Amino acid sequence: MLSAAENHARPAVQITALRKSYGTNEVLKGIDLEVKPGEVVAIIGKSGSGKSTLLRCINGLEVFQEGSLRVDGKPLLYESAMAMRELRQRVGMIFQSFNLFPHLSVGKNVMLAPHLVKKKDGKENETRARQLLQRVGLAEKFDAMPDQLSGGQQQRVAIARALAMEPAVLLCDEITSALDPELVGEVLRVVESLADEGMTLLMVTHEMNFARKVSDRVIFMHQGRVHEMGPPEEVFGNPQTPELKQFLSSLHD
Amino acid sequence: MMEFSNWDIIKNLLIAARWTVGLSLIAFLCGGFVGALLLVLRLSKIRGMDRFVSLYVQLFQGTPLLMQLFLSYFGLALIGIETTALQSATLALTLFTSAFITDIWRGCVIAIPKGQWEAAQSLAMSFGEQLRYVILPQAVRIAIPPTVGFSVQVVKGTALASIIGFVELTKAGGMISNATYQPFLVFSVVAAIYFVLCFPLSLYAKMLERKIHAQRR
Repeated sequence: MLSAAENHARPAVQITALRKSYGTNEVLKGIDLEVKPGEVVAIIGKSGSGKSTLLRCINGLEVFQEGSLRVDGKPLLYESAMAMRELRQRVGMIFQSFNLFPHLSVGKNVMLAPHLVKKKDGKENETRARQLLQRVGLAEKFDAMPDQLSGGQQQRVAIARALAMEPAVLLCDEITSALDPELVGEVLRVVESLADEGMTLLMVTHEMNFARKVSDRVIFMHQGRVHEMGPPEEVFGNPQTPELKQFLSSLHD
Repeated sequence: MMEFSNWDIIKNLLIAARWTVGLSLIAFLCGGFVGALLLVLRLSKIRGMDRFVSLYVQLFQGTPLLMQLFLSYFGLALIGIETTALQSATLALTLFTSAFITDIWRGCVIAIPKGQWEAAQSLAMSFGEQLRYVILPQAVRIAIPPTVGFSVQVVKGTALASIIGFVELTKAGGMISNATYQPFLVFSVVAAIYFVLCFPLSLYAKMLERKIHAQRR
């Protein structure tokens, strides 16, 4: 048995010397990263810097060739379907394009995986789904179909769906990039409330103001490496490397 | 010499047409079952399966149904397996139909955005669960119009079973025309019966297609 203190000290995500290539093109060139439980980490960088790929490695959507990865102490093992299922229950993911199941109502979108994977029974599952939808401000949409919702609403349903699996870590892959500008706020407010409640979050984002406001740590990725890392005040206020300086100034143009 | 009335001709052709319908159903049901099995094998990423299925598809799409019928009737007999015409026709039509159907359905599965698989995977669903609850319900909707459309080909394809002596509509037409010396009349009726079988299917496929397009806006 682990004592409470030791248990708490166990990193939510632990990545060691991770390398990934597509054929001969190496996109992640040795990543070491530890994320503490409850920590909010923002990953920034140019497109092609490997930030989305890194995120997708964490729940096994991308296969990496070298290094190791643990989530909540569980190692990522591609060969074992059981281990992958274990790991994925601890990692929730929210996508740029929402990816709601269009043939299922909002409520069923949220209830499907807990029913199949966690074997939650109907009544309990439904109560939980209604709670989660209320939490993202969509209680009245339980019976609506996804295509009846705005982009911002769909993304909030996707968040509720991920939360229904009670993940230890939530991965957000540019979750506001496909939204109309006026809908970005409602989604970010939900993410912020999650951060406030102590959810461990890793997010790839282009919303620099949001990253600065919400995150405990900012990671700047460049050419497949963690190029610079630190608290948001330092990364944004006092960038050390020319690459980060250039990246930040390019955002203001 | 016996006299045949027009009604005799039509009546006997209609009786034989039951076998055309029967063969079509057999071909379609068996072909659909085998096609679905091949599709799941192909999607399962079991090593070598993709190769095997694509070879299967190439082979049975790339050879005439007529040759497949010959081989399954006369060919099997040569190596000592005696088959009835019905068994041979079932075998050949199943192989032929499944090769097309698995390809049609695969296209429908591929048309489902990758994000749907990824979302289902991220929610820790197993491969079977992803397929059954997320991918197939969406794929089936878009698969229905082309599948119904293909069923027209199957109905007409059963005509070839006449070549191995199976008495369905076309074979019966040949026999009756030989007895009546009225080939023009007989084969016109045969063609009309095929048309009556196939036209509603085409129409239905068109209607389904329109309906799905309307839903997708």
